[in-house]
Amino acid sequence: MSAHHGPSKGFMRWVLTTNHKDIGTMYLWFSFAMFILGGAFAMIIRAELFQPGLQIVEPDFFNQMTTMHGLVMVFGAIMPSFVGLANWMIPMMIGAPDMALPRMNNLSFWLLPPTFALLASTLFMDGGAPNFGWTFYAPLSTTYAPDTVTYFIFGVHLLGLSSIMGSINIIATVVNLRAPGMTYMKMPMFVWTWLITAFLLIAVMPVLAGAVTMMLMDIHFGTSFFSAAGGGDPVLFQHVFWFFGHPEVYIIILPAFGVVSQIIPTFARKPLFGYDSMVYATASIAFLSFIVWAHHMYTVGMPITGELFFMYATMLIAVPTGVKVFNWITTMWKGSMTFETPMLFCIGFVFLFTIGGFTGVMLSLAPVDFQYHDSYFVVAHFHYVMVAGAVFSMSAAVYYWLPKWTGKMYSENMGKAHFWISFFGFNLTFFPQHFLGLAGMPRRIPDYALQFTDFNTMSSIGAFIYGASQILFLFNVVKTVVSGEPTSEEKTWDGAEGLEWTLPTPAPYHTFSTPPDVK
Amino acid sequence: MHLQAKRLSKLALSPVLMLLSMLSTGAWAEEAQRWQMNLSPGVTEVGAKIYDLHMIVLWICVVIGVVVFGVMFYSAFTHRKSKGAEAEDFHESTAVEIAWTVVPFLILLVIAFPATTTLLEVYDFEDSELDIVVTGYQWKWKYEYIDADGENVSFFSNLKTGKTEIYNEDEKGEHYLLEVDEPIVLPVNTKVRFLITANDVIHAWWVPALAVKRDAIPGFINEAWTNATQTGVYRGQCAELCGRDHGFMPIVVNVVERAEFDQWLDEKKAQAAEIKSLMDKQFTLDEQMVAGKTVYNQYCVACHGSNGEGGVGKAIAGSALATGEVAGHLAVSINGVPGTAMQAFGAQLNDVDMAAVVTYQRNAFGNNMGDLVQPIDVYNFKQVQ
Repeated sequence: MSAHHGPSKGFMRWVLTTNHKDIGTMYLWFSFAMFILGGAFAMIIRAELFQPGLQIVEPDFFNQMTTMHGLVMVFGAIMPSFVGLANWMIPMMIGAPDMALPRMNNLSFWLLPPTFALLASTLFMDGGAPNFGWTFYAPLSTTYAPDTVTYFIFGVHLLGLSSIMGSINIIATVVNLRAPGMTYMKMPMFVWTWLITAFLLIAVMPVLAGAVTMMLMDIHFGTSFFSAAGGGDPVLFQHVFWFFGHPEVYIIILPAFGVVSQIIPTFARKPLFGYDSMVYATASIAFLSFIVWAHHMYTVGMPITGELFFMYATMLIAVPTGVKVFNWITTMWKGSMTFETPMLFCIGFVFLFTIGGFTGVMLSLAPVDFQYHDSYFVVAHFHYVMVAGAVFSMSAAVYYWLPKWTGKMYSENMGKAHFWISFFGFNLTFFPQHFLGLAGMPRRIPDYALQFTDFNTMSSIGAFIYGASQILFLFNVVKTVVSGEPTSEEKTWDGAEGLEWTLPTPAPYHTFSTPPDVK
Repeated sequence: MHLQAKRLSKLALSPVLMLLSMLSTGAWAEEAQRWQMNLSPGVTEVGAKIYDLHMIVLWICVVIGVVVFGVMFYSAFTHRKSKGAEAEDFHESTAVEIAWTVVPFLILLVIAFPATTTLLEVYDFEDSELDIVVTGYQWKWKYEYIDADGENVSFFSNLKTGKTEIYNEDEKGEHYLLEVDEPIVLPVNTKVRFLITANDVIHAWWVPALAVKRDAIPGFINEAWTNATQTGVYRGQCAELCGRDHGFMPIVVNVVERAEFDQWLDEKKAQAAEIKSLMDKQFTLDEQMVAGKTVYNQYCVACHGSNGEGGVGKAIAGSALATGEVAGHLAVSINGVPGTAMQAFGAQLNDVDMAAVVTYQRNAFGNNMGDLVQPIDVYNFKQVQ
């Protein structure tokens, strides 16, 4: 903590920093900004769908909103938020002084802001922003795309670059910088889930890059990868995209599993039940994620053998996922529980994520999926996983570690209010969408038949409530940083275990310059 | 803490109660009802099987949910510090882990069996009595009835709901956004096979009551089939994002008695034969003006205005195109203008109607070109281009 090891001053501190905590902080703030931006797009969508008829936006702009909402939330909000968390916590959890590749760490963050500035700028360009959905199926995204698709392709390449560098860094850190005695099977679950996630990222981001490169060739260089007229196949695009896209779902949710596995034991004051099986379950889910991609494509006309294979493989995912849920609940069983904000978000996570899991099992059944596919039932399903899964666990993580990061305590009352309003708003938004989908409302439509009105209105009101509750979150965090009650307890939570809780609070700029001994 | 726990339990139960209440929703046949919460068995045997499978899995999930969440919330109530609960230290049990790996696996096996048999049925395309080619266009559907004698019948099916309803200027009708100018007609109790493809981007043909959803992919032909057991009007929509008006290309299926269907098909064939016979005919200017006005008011007026003054589309009155070369006028009418609202009408209008409407546009609205386009001119133009 001598002066020349402290952070430099002013703006350049953030531009030039190689410190994992600074970079983690930037990732977290950036992802929150993107969460607000993507949320604003969602508010426009829900405002248009508040009533039947076109009131606020034109159909083409509506399509730009659904596309940008998906892209910004997946690549700008959720993924970077967990990378930020990994930056902050992995070195502190494994007793390392920093990430293994600090300069690359800086670069992988600083690729993100210009990329999203580029993507957002397409909204103001001639022809409008990408409007073909975040899944950008060809040929809608090639022959029939607005000109800005080229910016989108460039943006995806940059995001891929950032993610791959980030994952290499995480793998290098976990493999090489663990403190003496920290064997693999002693690593905290959050570190385990991120290690596996990093391998998933390295495996699939190049596939995504391949998909967009083929698009680029089709658009500008006269190839026909995705055009039947030139001997290509539009379905090929979907296979390549979902070979990336399905593992992507687990890239998002595995670190969330890790967070929940850290927090539940703390507030149950009892060790995580079935640590070994949690590790194996995570690895199984990661493996399965590579052989189930075509369950997103049951209606494209695959041969029946293909349908059956992907159906059976997809159903299997329920097994390791179930193991995780059972382990969390058994961790709570006969504990001595308290319900601070992080714990509330984790219980909310287990409850709502499991509902998303149930609808996932329903969707896995190919014959029934012929009715569910591309309906609001799917929209409800993946928001239960993405929002109540990833976003809830991220909120839990912020409340859980914020005192360690800042040395100040957040307002518990405001935190609890944030949880309950989010919980209510979230369910009001997305539970009725199950009904809409089952009744036959397709997704990605700017206007709908009159019988869908009531549930859409409910859903929109819920979305506004959920959106507003995030302002409370922001306010609580800012208030903590600015004027929170100082705390210097090493262990903010009496049941917390792990190396990060052996450090002073707030965590000094450099930690574990000398590795700790892990028994 | 107490108060919060109570709120937690109440909220936690509400989705379960809602799930239970959705099961009481009665079956519907024709289209979705207000407040409808559940899938419909529809009017086909396969649809009923899909519905049964959906209900089986839903109930299994509800039961598992009640047990799992029951344990979780019981624990959250009982094992809390404020009640003086002391934490125990157990944290692993291989037997328990094996049990909750094997039991879910067995449950999945139970589900896999009906799922497989139902899927096999969905994929049984054999022995269809009627084949219909369904083609998705941005943003309408084309249906072509395959006839053994080569007398195919085909037509386009467009959204009928007017812009004024969509933009809230007029009151919305009962079938708002789910009505078309010409529905597809099917005979009841007949196995009908759909050959589904697309002309531009990927669409998906979805009619919930017929339990059919299949992607329409340009350059490839997908199969699907249905066998409706009740007459009625069934409504669906395009299910795959296909661009601007993805939400505005509905499907209406009119299932009728066999005799009625045969009569309808004969009429369509007669109409097609009549158009064919008109191909060689030389029309007078007056005839073309009368016929052209009818076509214009059906297809062109919404964008180009009743006096050719323009609107969404360009003005036709005095336009360079309508007062220039006939070939140029035909090219735009037949091929459309990519990237604009001007569609390609070449496949949508037959050559007789196309000749009439182009003649009308060149002579109405003060254009007075005096030239006359015959069906054979349109035919020849299409051959050459």
